[in-house]
Amino acid sequence: MTSAGIDYEPVIGLEIHVQLRTTTKMFCGCELSFGDPPNVHTCPVCLGLPGALPVVNARAVHFATMIGLALGCEIAPRSLFHRKNYFYPDSPKGYQISQYDVPICSGGRLGDVRIHRVHLEEDAAKLVHVGTSGRIHGADRSVVDFNRCGTPLVEIVTEPDIRSPAQAHEWLALLRVTLRQLGVSDVNMEEGSLRCDANVSVRPVGSGQLGTKTELKNMNSFRFLERGVAAEIARQTELLRGGREVVQETLHFDPASGTLTSLRSKEEAHDYRYFPEPDLVPLLVSGEMLAAARAEVPELPAARAARYERELGLHPDRARDLAFRADRAAYFERALASAPDGLGAVELANWIPQLVERIGSDADPSESRVSPEALAALAAMVVSRQASRDAAREVLRTLVAEGGDPRAVVEREGLGALSDDGGLADLVARAIAADPDAADKVAAGNMKAIGPLVGFVMRETKGRADGGEVTRLIREQLAVR
Amino acid sequence: MSELIELSAAQAVARLRAREIDASELFEAYRERAAADELNAFTWVASAAPEPVADTALCGVPVAVKDLFCTEGVPSQAGSRILEGYRPPYTATVVARLAAAGAPLLGKTNQDEFAMGSSNENSGFGPVLNPWDRSRVPGGSSGGSAAAVAAGLAPWAIGTDTGGSIRQPAALCGLVGVKPTYGACSRYGMIAFASSLDQAGPLTRDVTDAALLLSHMVGHDPMDSTSVAFPEPITLPSAEDLRGLRFGVPEELLGDQAGAGIEPGVRASFEATLALAEELGAEVDTCRLPHAPHALSAYYLIAPAEASANLARFDGVRYGSRVAGDRDLETMYSETRAAGFGPEVKRRIMLGTYALSSGYYDAFYGTALKVRTKIAEDFREAFRRFDFVVTPTSPWTAFPLGSKTDDPLAMYLNDFCTVPMPLAGIPAISLPSGLADGLPVGFQLAGPAFSENRLLEAAHALERAIGFDGSRARA
Ligand SMILES: [Zn+2]
Repeated sequence: MTSAGIDYEPVIGLEIHVQLRTTTKMFCGCELSFGDPPNVHTCPVCLGLPGALPVVNARAVHFATMIGLALGCEIAPRSLFHRKNYFYPDSPKGYQISQYDVPICSGGRLGDVRIHRVHLEEDAAKLVHVGTSGRIHGADRSVVDFNRCGTPLVEIVTEPDIRSPAQAHEWLALLRVTLRQLGVSDVNMEEGSLRCDANVSVRPVGSGQLGTKTELKNMNSFRFLERGVAAEIARQTELLRGGREVVQETLHFDPASGTLTSLRSKEEAHDYRYFPEPDLVPLLVSGEMLAAARAEVPELPAARAARYERELGLHPDRARDLAFRADRAAYFERALASAPDGLGAVELANWIPQLVERIGSDADPSESRVSPEALAALAAMVVSRQASRDAAREVLRTLVAEGGDPRAVVEREGLGALSDDGGLADLVARAIAADPDAADKVAAGNMKAIGPLVGFVMRETKGRADGGEVTRLIREQLAVR
Repeated sequence: MSELIELSAAQAVARLRAREIDASELFEAYRERAAADELNAFTWVASAAPEPVADTALCGVPVAVKDLFCTEGVPSQAGSRILEGYRPPYTATVVARLAAAGAPLLGKTNQDEFAMGSSNENSGFGPVLNPWDRSRVPGGSSGGSAAAVAAGLAPWAIGTDTGGSIRQPAALCGLVGVKPTYGACSRYGMIAFASSLDQAGPLTRDVTDAALLLSHMVGHDPMDSTSVAFPEPITLPSAEDLRGLRFGVPEELLGDQAGAGIEPGVRASFEATLALAEELGAEVDTCRLPHAPHALSAYYLIAPAEASANLARFDGVRYGSRVAGDRDLETMYSETRAAGFGPEVKRRIMLGTYALSSGYYDAFYGTALKVRTKIAEDFREAFRRFDFVVTPTSPWTAFPLGSKTDDPLAMYLNDFCTVPMPLAGIPAISLPSGLADGLPVGFQLAGPAFSENRLLEAAHALERAIGFDGSRARA
């Protein structure tokens, strides 16, 4: 039987590992570091020396609680650590201490994706394979750097609620800004402080059942995540269309070739022999700890975007654009606070992308020469027709370069809008006189013919005239209703 | 010189405090004896007395330390060839506390490999001989510590008890041994066997020494999350009678059927001690520990399961021995562990790995945990009626070397009176109750959590009445 002709939909769930930005490691007092010489941040505990014992980092518990609250999770008053047993040189104890059947956070939601659980664990050491290939096969030898070993991690596991590679990308971006805003992690995919695995399956559209899933490991950029998931969906769909089956396995996506290779099959899956970590007592989160975490959870991007839409009337895209970048949101809100009467939030918000375009999308607008007050003043001048839109763009360019007060710039450069009393009516009259053909058509109601007349005025004023005002004067002088 | 050796540790402390004897002389007297050890009790002996520290509680009376306690710069091999020559960069909390209290390190003592054994025949560094009869075992796993103290090679020693590893060798060597409440002493720096059971404790010539040493071992350690602040100071015992105390003799361990394996000489000594206790004012009656017969099975699942993970770190990557280091990873792992671990350790790693395997976890490890809970409940119930549960410490006196090595299960039976207490996390003390055919017999009292002071008081009263003389082993 062949399944050709059936439409398939993907079902995607993500597992995200986040390194927490604590001062010290998860179970010892060693400093967290990035880029230091190997093996300088180690002690008996994180080296797994005989006799050493773990002690839970309270700050990591605090951060995990904040993450749980931010994701709307239930915080367990009592959770457990287990040992996850496996032999590998990156695991000095021969097991990883992780949470298993009773995680610190469960349930929850971020945007349109439900959260299954969030749990605490420790990171492994870093293996460096010395030799030609850079991978373990074919390496001359392998060396271990324990600086990273024991770094606090949370693992965030979603429900399989994602339906496209683009949505996976978009949702991960939302998670990243949320975590960045919480200040609990550097969330840098290239440096590995944010790592994402994806569980992917496909099923006939409309089916309520889940297909066999595969796991894609460690896609270290948003682009690779999107491409890897897309490649896997294509592979699975092709298999099913060809009447074959998807095999449960763990896959590695090679971004260079765009291919997927199997790391291990279900049969080869590890038996981690989880059991409760006898060196630790149950992790208790008290009412005070919960309150302390709650007090440190700021307004988060998704909530802020919703507020911008609801209270300020911003378009959803614009609202997200501002709310998902804490620096832009802060700048926007300061500008809004100084906005004079008559300047609406929507009009003001439209100026932020223009500023961003000039200063570069990575830059924090608060660190530019354009103060939020100046941007608000500039936007207000346009609304009150003291400057044309084109002139205001000129002024913004000057402000980005030099800073200052937009009113002074308008004054100095003579960019003030020409209004009726500034001789604009006379100019309009000259335009009508200069092109009687067009004037007749406009007078007859053909508004498409107004272009040359407006163009005349703009040429004469070097763009300072307000287009809307010019149109109004033309209609008035030609007595068009 | 021999006069110094005949002082108990507490007596030596008193004499040192009164400046009647000299700390470095005392250290040297023991150091010489330890260095001339013919029992294979020591794996390392200090080369010289440390600089004396003024005004310490223990005044410089040295202590012998079981090999599995990490001691900075000093071999700490846990009786295993896989750690041969391993010198840790740090010192176990308990050893550091004793040093700070004025009990410097005399030497490291031999033990069963990773504390797995009841005869000390599982040491990677050879068996230890019992000073009462050198053809016999000293018990285990803290056999080196027991033999050293019994033979007067050390004034006192510390060991660890997981299923009886302090109490049983104390019994076989005619010493006092205490297994404290779980969490009373820090485990930081103790090379782990079974983390939820392991506890450090003293092996001493008498009950007063045990109380004195223990008083400087207990206390919360920020490096061990499972350690707790002991609710009261450990005080030196002074009781001379047992009035008002009720002793429970568990039917399930000592009844006609269950107790059939107890040697007649041990049984006789136990009965005589019960009679003596009654004379001292104690009430003795039968008590029930319905799940105690399953303690041994639960213990031999839980302890190996934890050990299978605890011993995973001995992989040849960072420390200890490494075999086939120039081959691939898998080969290096398996050859290092094959060469480094002895047969009993391998047996328990396999048992524990199996018990935790997917599909078997619930049936084995899960069931064992349930039994453990039931045993703790049994004791709580018993302590509503009784102050202490009492048993012989070991069903046998010291047995000949090699007599049980071919039958691991028979060897495990040695622990049937000592494993229920660590499973319940409660303290127990063993003290010599006399001799049977010239060999020491141990009497065990177990009490509720943190009842150490009361246990020491009762043991003190019994000790006075029994009048055991261990000097023959020091001759
Ligand atoms: Zn460390």
